Amino acid sequence: MAENKGIMIIGEVSEGNLSSITTELLGCGRKLADELGQELSTVLIGSGLIDSAQESIAYGADKVYTVDDPLLADYLADSYVAVAEKVAKEVKPGIILLGQTSSGSDIAPRLAYRLETAATLDCINLEIDPDSKRLLQTKPVYGGNAQAVFVMETDPQIVTVRAKSMTPLEKDDSRKGEVVAIEAGIDPSAIKTKVLEKVKEEVEGVKLEDATVVVTGGRGIGGDEGFKQLEELSKLLKGALGATRPACDNGWMPEKSQVGLTGKIVTPDLYIAVGVSGASQHMAGCSGAKTIVAINKDPEANIFKMAHYGIVGDWKKVFPAFRDKIKALVS
Amino acid sequence: MNMIVCCKQVIDPEAPPASFRVDTSANKVIPPQGVPPVISPFDENALEAALRIKDAQGGTITVISLGNNLLRDVVKKPLSMGADELVLLEDEAYGEGDSWSIAYALALAIKKIGEYDIIFCGRQAADWDSGQIGAGIAEILGLPAVTLAKKIDVADGTAKVERVTSDGYDVVEVSLPALVTVSNELGEARYPTIKGIMAAKKKEPIVWKPEDIGADSAQLGASGRRTKLLKLFQPVREGECEMIEGESPEEAAEKLAMKLRESKVL
Repeated sequence: MAENKGIMIIGEVSEGNLSSITTELLGCGRKLADELGQELSTVLIGSGLIDSAQESIAYGADKVYTVDDPLLADYLADSYVAVAEKVAKEVKPGIILLGQTSSGSDIAPRLAYRLETAATLDCINLEIDPDSKRLLQTKPVYGGNAQAVFVMETDPQIVTVRAKSMTPLEKDDSRKGEVVAIEAGIDPSAIKTKVLEKVKEEVEGVKLEDATVVVTGGRGIGGDEGFKQLEELSKLLKGALGATRPACDNGWMPEKSQVGLTGKIVTPDLYIAVGVSGASQHMAGCSGAKTIVAINKDPEANIFKMAHYGIVGDWKKVFPAFRDKIKALVS
Repeated sequence: MNMIVCCKQVIDPEAPPASFRVDTSANKVIPPQGVPPVISPFDENALEAALRIKDAQGGTITVISLGNNLLRDVVKKPLSMGADELVLLEDEAYGEGDSWSIAYALALAIKKIGEYDIIFCGRQAADWDSGQIGAGIAEILGLPAVTLAKKIDVADGTAKVERVTSDGYDVVEVSLPALVTVSNELGEARYPTIKGIMAAKKKEPIVWKPEDIGADSAQLGASGRRTKLLKLFQPVREGECEMIEGESPEEAAEKLAMKLRESKVL
C-alpha cells in the first residue's frame, strides 16, 4: 500500500463537456492532493475526449489519462469497470474519486472488489486525517437521519461524492498539465451486457438540479390537481416543480420530479415545500437549499425543524394568497 | 425460473424523525421504542420484481435475510407476499459487518442454494445506505450485474432491464444468470394476502450458521470489515424556523411573501 500515491478522479463527460460533478470532484481532489503533496489526475473514458482533457486541466488536474475508443461511447458497466481497473493498476493511486451518479455508483463498488480494497458511496465531506494521512469519509446514513465517518486501510481508497457537496475551482485555461492516452484493451468476453436503447425522459422547462427556485409538494397536496396550483408559482418564479416520494408513488407526479435521497439532489436559493412532512430521506435531497420555506398544517412536522420560514395552516387557504402576493410583488 | 432475493431487516425508515437517536459512545443507532423493524423498502421493491416475474411465467423465489435477532414476523413477510422459501443467516458471527463481509456471507449462501437464474437485491439498505451488496455478490460469484432497475423482462435466457439514469433510463440486455439491483421506481411492493399470511405462519425458515455455508470466520461480520466506522452522529441544524402568523391564513401568507421580498430571497 505504501507504493500507492496520488488522487485519481474517474470523470464523466456529457455532450463533449465535463459534467458538473467532475468539476466539483476536481475542486475537492485539488485540495486533497495539495494537502498530501501528491498529484491529481483525471481518467476520462469515452469517445472524442480531447477537449474534455484540456478542460480537466483548466479545472485543476495535473495529468489526464484518456481512454478514447468508439466502443466506449456509451456507458456500460462491464467495459467501463474493466478500463478503470486497468488504469488504476497502472497508475496505482492512493485515492479514487467518482461522482455519486448512476454510473459512478455502479463502477465504484465493483472496482473496489477487483482491486481488493473498499469503497464508500455518497460522501458529502472528505478530509485527510492529520496523523494517519488516510482519507476520512463522511456520508449520510439512515436516510439522512445520521452521518457516519468511515476510514479504510487498503489502497486505493475509493469513494463516490454526492453532487453539489463540493465546490469547483474557477476555470483557468492557462493551467498546464499532461495528457496521456491509454489503450482500452477490452476483452470482448468480459462484456456480458449490452445497451439496447437510451431513453431520455426530460421534464419540461428548468431542470430541478439547475433551478434557483424549487416548489415542491408532498403527500398533503392530495392529488395531481393541487400540483397544477404549485406549478403556477414555479413557472412564475422561473423555477422547477418537485415532489416527494409519496406524491410520486401515488402517481400525482412523474418519478423524475422526486426530490430526495434516491431522487434529485437540489440546491436552489429558495425551496418552497408545501404539504411536505420533511421525512429525512426527502430532506437529504433539499437540505442544501439556501432558504427553505414550509407550509404545513401540522406544527410538529419535521419540515419546520429544517425550514427558515414557516406557516402552520391548510395549504389550500395559505398557498393561493401566498402565490398571488408573490405575483403582485415580482411583476 | 429460480430467483433469489436478499431482504434485510432494518429500523423502520418511516419512524418519526424525532424518535431517531444515536448512542455516540457506541457508534450505534438506538432502536426506537414501539416501532417494530421492517424489511428495507428497496428490498421489498426487489421482491416485487421477482413476484411479477413469478406471476407472469412461474418460478420459485428464495429469500435470504442476514442478521441478528431477526423477528420472525418481520422476516417472514416476503413469504406472506408470495415467496416460496426463506433462508436466514442468523448468528452473532454475521453481525457488525460492512458491505464486504455481508456480501461474502450472502454469496456463500447463494452458492449453497446452487440453482438460480436471477438474484435480486434492493439498490441500498435503508439503514447504512451503502449500496454495494449487489455489486459485491456479483463480483464474488463472477456474475454480470445491472443496477438501479425499474423494470425487468425475462425471456430466452436473457433479461431486459430498464436501468434508471439521471435523465431517463437505459434498456440493458444481460445474459442469465445475473444479479439485478432494484430501485423504488419499479413501484411499491404488494400487500401480503390473508392466504399468504396463513401459509407463512406454517412455514419454518431454514437457518444457516457460518459452518453451514463454509464461511471463513476471518472474513465474516466485524472481522471481515474493510471499512472502519470512526464516528456516527446526528447533524445539528443551526438557527430556528421563523414562524409567520396572521389573523387569517391569507394574511399569514401575504406576510410570508413580504418577508421573502424584504430579505431579498425573492
